[in-house]
Parts: sequence; C-alpha cells; structure tokens
Amino acid sequence: VFNSLSDRLTATFKNLRGKGRLTEADIDGTAREIRRALLDADVAVPVVREFIARVKARSLGSEVSEALNPGQQVVKIVNEELVGILGGQTRELQFAKHPPTIIMLAGLQGAGKTTLAGKLAYRLKNQGHTPMLVACDLQRPNAVNQLQVGGGRAGVPVYAPHPGVSSEAETPTGDPVQVARAGVAEAREKLHDVVIIDTAGRLGVDTELMQQAADIKSAVGAHEVLFVIDAMIGQDAVTTAQSFNEGVDFTGVVLSKLDGDARGGAALSVASVTGKPVMYASTGEGLKDFEVFHPDRMARRILDMGDVLSLIEQA
Amino acid sequence: VKSNNVFGKSLLALLSSDSIDEDVWDEIEETLLMADLGTEPTMELVERLRERVTVEGSRDPERVRSLLREELTALVDPSLDRSLTLDASGRPAVMMVVGVNGVGKTTTVGKLARVLVAEDKDVILGAADTFRAAAAEQLTTWGARVGVPTVKSDVEGADPASVAYEAVSAGIEHEVDVVMVDTAGRLQNKANLMDELGKVKRVIEKLSDVDEVLLVLDATTGQNGLNQAKVFSEVVDVSGIVLTKLDGTARGGIVVAIQRQLGVPVKLVGLGEGPDDLAPFDAESFVDALLEER
Ligand SMILES: Nc1nc2c(ncn2[C@@H]2O[C@H](COP(=O)(O)OP(=O)(O)OP(=O)(O)O)[C@@H](O)[C@H]2O)c(=O)[nH]1
Ligand SMILES: Nc1nc2c(ncn2[C@@H]2O[C@H](COP(=O)(O)OP(=O)(O)OP(=O)(O)O)[C@@H](O)[C@H]2O)c(=O)[nH]1
Ligand SMILES: [Mg+2]
Ligand SMILES: [Mg+2]
Repeated sequence: VFNSLSDRLTATFKNLRGKGRLTEADIDGTAREIRRALLDADVAVPVVREFIARVKARSLGSEVSEALNPGQQVVKIVNEELVGILGGQTRELQFAKHPPTIIMLAGLQGAGKTTLAGKLAYRLKNQGHTPMLVACDLQRPNAVNQLQVGGGRAGVPVYAPHPGVSSEAETPTGDPVQVARAGVAEAREKLHDVVIIDTAGRLGVDTELMQQAADIKSAVGAHEVLFVIDAMIGQDAVTTAQSFNEGVDFTGVVLSKLDGDARGGAALSVASVTGKPVMYASTGEGLKDFEVFHPDRMARRILDMGDVLSLIEQA
Repeated sequence: VKSNNVFGKSLLALLSSDSIDEDVWDEIEETLLMADLGTEPTMELVERLRERVTVEGSRDPERVRSLLREELTALVDPSLDRSLTLDASGRPAVMMVVGVNGVGKTTTVGKLARVLVAEDKDVILGAADTFRAAAAEQLTTWGARVGVPTVKSDVEGADPASVAYEAVSAGIEHEVDVVMVDTAGRLQNKANLMDELGKVKRVIEKLSDVDEVLLVLDATTGQNGLNQAKVFSEVVDVSGIVLTKLDGTARGGIVVAIQRQLGVPVKLVGLGEGPDDLAPFDAESFVDALLEER
C-alpha cells in the first residue's frame, strides 16, 4: 500500500525515464493521482476539475527535462500552478491614506474571527500602530467579553457599548451597525489609526445576517474586509466563500487553525473561486500565533509531498 | 467553475435522464465527493453501484436511483443505537463534550441541557474550558438561559480536571440526574492538550463512570474529521457524535467514513444557534440531504 502521493507516483513512474515530450498516457496516470490527492486534501470538486484540466493542457507536449521522469514533470507543473493560484497576489494589509484604516472581520460561526481580532491588534500595535477593537457581535453568548479579554491581552482598547448576550443581558440590545459606526467615530476622536471590527459568525445562506454584514461594511466604509476561514473546512469552502464574496465583497482571506493537521485544500478553493488573496495564516490560540501566508508551503502541504517537491525544485 | 448544466441539477434529476452513461457515473461520484464523503467511500460506493447495475442488467434510472439511496442508507446504518446513555441508577449520569476548536461544543451543551430540563431532569454544567477567553462565562450564560447551574472556577487558567471534578461532586452532592462537562476546544494533533483531556476524564472517573462522551463535529469539516474522530476516540473513548451547523450548506458526509471506520454513531445534529436547534440524528433525512440539490 502506498500512502503518500509521492510514494504512489514514484511507483507509477519507476520505469519511465524522461525522454522527449510528455504523452497523454504519461499525463493521465499522474493526473489521476493528483486529482485524488487534491480531493483528499479537501480541494473542492469543481476547483479540482478545472485545475486538472489546466495542468493536463499545460503538460501535454511539454518537454521532459533530463533530470525528471514524466510523473515528476507533471508534479512540477502542478506545483507551479498551485503556487501561482495561492500566491497570485499575496499581500499585507493596506493602510488608508487618511486614518483610521478600518478592518472588518467576517466568516462562518467559530471560524476564528474574535481570536484573530486580538492577534491583529497585537501585531499592529507592535508595528507602532494604535489599533482599537470594536465589539459588533452582540449575538453569540459572551462574544463581547471574549473580545474584551483578547483586547486586554493585546493591550489594546475595546469599544463595547453593548454587552451583547450574556447571563446578565439575556436578549441582545444594540445594533451592530450602530456600534460599528459609533466605534469608528470614537476611534477618530481618540486618534486611533486602525479600527478592527469583530462581527458575529454567520452562514452563507443567512441572507438577513449577510445583509447586516454588508450594512456594517458600508456604514463604516471598511478598507479591508478579511474573510476568516477554518483550514479544516471541506467541500463547503466554495459555496461559503462565494456567498461571503457576494455578500461583503471581502478584500482578503485569513486561513485559521493551520496549526492542525488538516491539509487545507480550502486555501486553493477559496483563492481560485474568488481570486482574492490569502493574506495570513492563523496558527494557534495565542496572540502571537499568526503569520503571513506562504503559498509555497501551502502547496507542499496540500500535495503532501514536500520531499519530492524539494527534489524537483532543485532539478 | 461549471455550475449550471448537469452540475447544478440535483442528482435525482440527473438520474431521471433516459440512460446511464459514463457522465452520469462521474456526476454521481462528484455529488458524493461534494458532500464530503471522501474519495475512498465514494469510489467504493460507485463501484458497488455499477456492479449491481451490471448484474441486474438494469439501466432504468428509477432503479439506479433507489439502489444509490439503498447503498448510502446501508452505509449510514439506520439500525445503529443512537440513544444517549443518561440513566445511571443511584448516581448522576456524567457526560463529557469534546472536540476541536469552534465546532459548537458549548452551544451543544446548552441546547442539550434545555432538552434534559424539558424532560424534567436536574442538570448541572461544568465549565472545564478554563482556557479560552470567556468560555466559562459563555457556558454560564447558556446555563442561565435554560435554567441550570454552572460550576466554574474563578481563577483564569485553572486546572480543567479539577473543575470537572468539582462539577461532578456537586452533581453527586445535589443528587442531580445529569452532569454535563464542557471542555476546551483542542486540535487532535496537540499531544499535550490531548493528554490534558485524558486527564480530565480520568479525574472524573475517581468519582464516577463517564456515561457518554460526545465528540462535536462541525458539518463543514472535510477529511480531517476522520483524524479528529480517531484521535479523540483513542484518548477519551468517544461514544457518540454531534454533527453541528447542519443548517448551513455543508452536508457533513465525513461522518459516514467515521461511523464506518470507528463504529461511533452520530447521535444528534445541531441546526442553529438557538436553544431549540438540536435534533436526534435521522439516517433517512441525512441521506436525503446528501443527495439533495445544492
Ligand atoms: N488551534 C487554533 N485554534 C484557533 C485558531 N484561531 C481560533 N482558534 C480557536 O477556535 C475557536 C473559535 O475561535 P473564535 O475566535 O471564537 O471564532 P469566531 O469566528 O469568533 O466564532 P463566532 O464568533 O462564534 O462565530 C476558539 O477556541 C479559538 O481559541 C487557530 O489558528 N488555531
Ligand atoms: N449555524 C449554527 N451555528 C452553530 C451551531 N452550533 C454552534 N454554532 C455557533 O458556532 C460558534 C461556536 O460555537 P461554540 O459552542 O462556542 O463552539 P465550541 O466548540 O464550544 O468552541 P470552543 O470552545 O472555542 O472550541 C458559535 O457562534 C455558535 O453560536 C449550529 O448548529 N448551527
Ligand atoms: Mg467571535
Ligand atoms: Mg466552547
């Protein structure tokens, strides 16, 4: 039994040494294995389909290098395509010409938004900015407290005029759109140069809540809307990313919980379906567990064949 | 992304075309994959279906349709016992709720407490998530919402095992029917956190058997769900799965592989964020949803 993709590919192509050009037969076997690997990594079916078609087209007739066998040659192309999509336009936050820069977080329930708010605040503060957090999740029990704790740990003020749902305040009071607007006004007055708005988790199919997110965005004129998505997500990544893209037209993606052992195919799905850059990776529950997204590392992780790729890159 | 032609149609509509050709088999495969069933179960299922269709010599779409439903239903196994073990005579039943981060553990504890209260049971909650910001407060809010007390520590970062112990002893002392222990989310590849979880259970066991260990799984979870179930089962011997967030577009097909490989039944499903959004798992409607139009 061959477990990893590299094992299987090595077995498939043991006897084929690269001579001349890749034939359809060379490509088919590899393409099948790659398809399987991508699906096992949770890359969405329609994305896999399109991706494999492109890889096949590019591979067909391409020259086989002396150092690589046909299978490796296809893998090399796959890797290049992966990095191309994932890294198409990686970038960091862009700051507004006229502060404050307004950053809004959005995503499914439990994706990691509130945790990210603390991390971003901490990072920006260390870069010399003066961020302020705004608590616009008035719905999930104790979301406001959670943000206050995160802000406290990061040493960043939290604007939270409403407690949201908590044991003292059973029914939500206050309007998230209002809070966002007032929060930005407060930040202006107190000369904070960045505002980070935490919002409630919502489903892609929840049109009412999606509208609320859009309203928050337009009420404050957010410069960056970061879509936070759990690296463990499966095939639903496409549907979800599309609804958030339509709903709030996010500007960038943060992949959370990458400290787990999920392969994270969602990164590819979201990037290729929305064309929006994956900007950051969230890699733990602590304030510092946060990094700039590395497309090459992600490609390796999705393909689960780091060693082979390093060999190919050297060739 | 191809989305309108055959792909946008429901599988059943697809199968009602006149004959079953290669494309149709591909589409069946893709539909199952898109429900997060996983490559192995999907390919096996399609293979079996093809064999049966060949053996029967039937190319009647109506027949293939019912065969597919039949095979899927067999995989999901409606005959599994999915009841909760909550009757422990002479002592409170003890339940632990475990899972990776953000899947809906705390919410599930709240909703389930509501169900138990409605059945006239005395319930006590234990906030053994002493790690995440405001986790204990979140559970306390749920407790207040459904009218049950919560045992928690006032010290941030307290030992979760001792909070669990406190909760179970309070339950014994007050002769409640059920003690439900909420635990911190943890990724299954973090050995130290998994050890900690094992310890929580062992410490509870100094006082009482643990009757039910529910693993909460988010329906959006892909193939990693199988790893989650494997590792959590090794560490705390999971007795049932709660599949949450089924009110979204995700189908939760990964539980098929989990049930098949580990024999752990899905017992409950989460259908929203409100106190009443919890239901027993129903194999038939789960299969229907797997095959439904997206
Ligand atoms: N291991 C790990 N856990 C994370 C990461 N990011 C967030 N979490 C955890 O995931 C859980 C959910 O995180 P939250 O920040 O509350 O998620 P959210 O999107 O704000 O959730 P809602 O507000 O309920 O929609 C918490 O237990 C966090 O500690 C990460 O990168 N790695
Ligand atoms: N739509 C929907 N949301 C849910 C469901 N169950 C839980 N949630 C939401 O998911 C988010 C996370 O739920 P929690 O109960 O805090 O999850 P948890 O597993 O306790 O999270 P940690 O303790 O941080 O690991 C919250 O926003 C919940 O309201 C469900 O069935 N459907
Ligand atoms: Mg939150
Ligand atoms: Mg919790």
